[in-house]
Amino acid sequence: MSEWTMSGALNAALRDALREDPRVLVYGEDVGRSGGVFRVTDGLQTEFSAQRVFDTPISEAGIAGTAVGLAFAGWKSVIEMQFDAFSYPALEQVIDHVAKMRMRTRGRVDMPITIRIPSFGGIKGKEHHGESPETYYVHTAGLKVVVPSSPLDAYRLLRHAIADPDPVVVLEPKARYWTKEAGELTTDGLAIGRGRVLRQGDDVTVIAYGTMVARALDAAATVAEEGVGVRVVDLRSLSPLDEDLLQRCAEETGRVVVVHEAPRTLGMGAEIAARVMELGFDSLEAPVARVTGWDAPYPPASLEQHYLPSVERIVEAVRATVAY
Amino acid sequence: MDAPGDRAGREPERIILPDGTAVGDPDVGLSPDDLRVLLRWMVVARRLDRECIALQRQGELTVYPGYEGQEAAQIGSAFALGPDDMVFPTFRELAAALVRGVDPVRYLWYHRGTWHGGPYDPRATRFGPICIPIATQIVHAVGYALGQKLDATGAVTIAYFGDGSTSEGDFHEGANLAGVWKVPAVLFCQNNGWAISVPTAEQTAGEIWRRGAGYGMPGVLVDGNDVLAVYRATRDALARARAGDGPTLIEARTYRIGAHSTADDPTRYRDEAEVEAARAADPIARFRTWMTATGHADEALLTAYEAEAEAFALGVRDQLTAQGAPPVEWLFDWVYAAPPEAFERQRGEALG
Repeated sequence: MSEWTMSGALNAALRDALREDPRVLVYGEDVGRSGGVFRVTDGLQTEFSAQRVFDTPISEAGIAGTAVGLAFAGWKSVIEMQFDAFSYPALEQVIDHVAKMRMRTRGRVDMPITIRIPSFGGIKGKEHHGESPETYYVHTAGLKVVVPSSPLDAYRLLRHAIADPDPVVVLEPKARYWTKEAGELTTDGLAIGRGRVLRQGDDVTVIAYGTMVARALDAAATVAEEGVGVRVVDLRSLSPLDEDLLQRCAEETGRVVVVHEAPRTLGMGAEIAARVMELGFDSLEAPVARVTGWDAPYPPASLEQHYLPSVERIVEAVRATVAY
Repeated sequence: MDAPGDRAGREPERIILPDGTAVGDPDVGLSPDDLRVLLRWMVVARRLDRECIALQRQGELTVYPGYEGQEAAQIGSAFALGPDDMVFPTFRELAAALVRGVDPVRYLWYHRGTWHGGPYDPRATRFGPICIPIATQIVHAVGYALGQKLDATGAVTIAYFGDGSTSEGDFHEGANLAGVWKVPAVLFCQNNGWAISVPTAEQTAGEIWRRGAGYGMPGVLVDGNDVLAVYRATRDALARARAGDGPTLIEARTYRIGAHSTADDPTRYRDEAEVEAARAADPIARFRTWMTATGHADEALLTAYEAEAEAFALGVRDQLTAQGAPPVEWLFDWVYAAPPEAFERQRGEALG
């Protein structure tokens, strides 16, 4: 059984997609010769040529906008925005065109575009290198948004994203690139739109995604010693949301805690709390709790541990929710 | 005289002067029949534009952006395209769309508020969706041209945009990528003197065509009201792209005779004298004069074209005004190729 880092698993996903479909292109800043600042595209240009895997000028709107034109010409682009906060120059192209072009052409032109964005904090990054941009994309109709939390699922999600006929934003948690997982890479298993239960428990559900999944599992192990059974859900798919799973968790545990790095206001927690209320209000035993980043800009490295939800904050929220 | 907005420096390439006389060799390789087709399209396009403004005033169209004065720039350039070449337009290229064979009724669904983007088939017509956000379509064109290059199709992509677009970041990103990737593209700027209320002199301190050099591509300045000069400049740029020599930036200087759109009142920001001067450089009048003087057209033919244009415009009116509101299902029908379950539930909620 092989052991994979998330960076390596994503690299394998790109390699397999390039191999299987000659219409797949991979491009972005430093993805060719250097193999990407996180090595996710390492070796791909050598293997598949500079026509299919290529560097671009520093030009995020150009990267996203050319993917639209390439889609008209029948190409499937997997583009990289080098860092979360550097994806913003491309927002006009993504919101106005990538997300809407299929509707604007009355279904005549699909936009099978995959937008990879190394995202979130926790790596002592410089300013503009630790943001959680998911709400911007989730709020845009026409896009799908996924966040892997482990290497094997990162492979699966990226393969599904590339195969999807609709545009998919893949937010890759930078802090998880070098974590390892043993197993076989496969596209079998959960599709985009499905979350997964990583730990069973009947007292409370903790819903997280990306880097926060590991912290949720740590928090669950901590309160297990106190006799509290925590179900941990890895959301995986932020858009579309797995409404069936949310409803089941509300009905079966009656208590829900949502954890994310993004600021609290209009973060995923707000939407999940609303859906849980709509789908399972009668089953709820406590208000849905949110453990989130603060409504403040992402801080410098020396303060990020005070910004990101810690295991302790998650544990406190779980205790309070169970005791409600 | 030059179209207003002209700056000091190079004179635009020109074949027919505003008075209808030719400078240099007027033979651009077009047959007399082709020349007549150009004239016919210009007459038809102007008549349709005026019909659209009337339709808007009568409540049959929402806001409509007219193109009177820009017929030569659009028709001369679009006529140079081959059948496999691709167009990415702005929102003001109905005249070019006609030349490409786009059904004007479908096109005008856009301005009727029936549908966004490309109500026509952008792949079959090789005419991309109408594009409003300013300059974003330039980048799409460069991406499409990269696809053409990768597929070695031998076809070329033309991006239309205005003088105002050249202030946007997407113009820079598109032009830069086109140059670096050496794609088969023509970046065709219709400098019509005004971006809503802001004149070109306040849009950019330099000359647009000169920017080509900065992106490693030729920059061409052409009189956008001279249909033959526009045709020749575009044809040459297309040939260059087809030969693998990369993109060309063309600045076609023309003039927006009318308002930016039917929602705009240009008397608030520009002198009527400037508009009158521009009318003296009218692209249709000068071409008609030259065609008549050279024996390619006569009064009877011109009368026939005008009758044809009248019937064409009224035919578009009849078909367009017969078009009611689209079904509510259209709100949801094409958002996703693979619609999520929750999205389908919302669809059910909306449709009852």
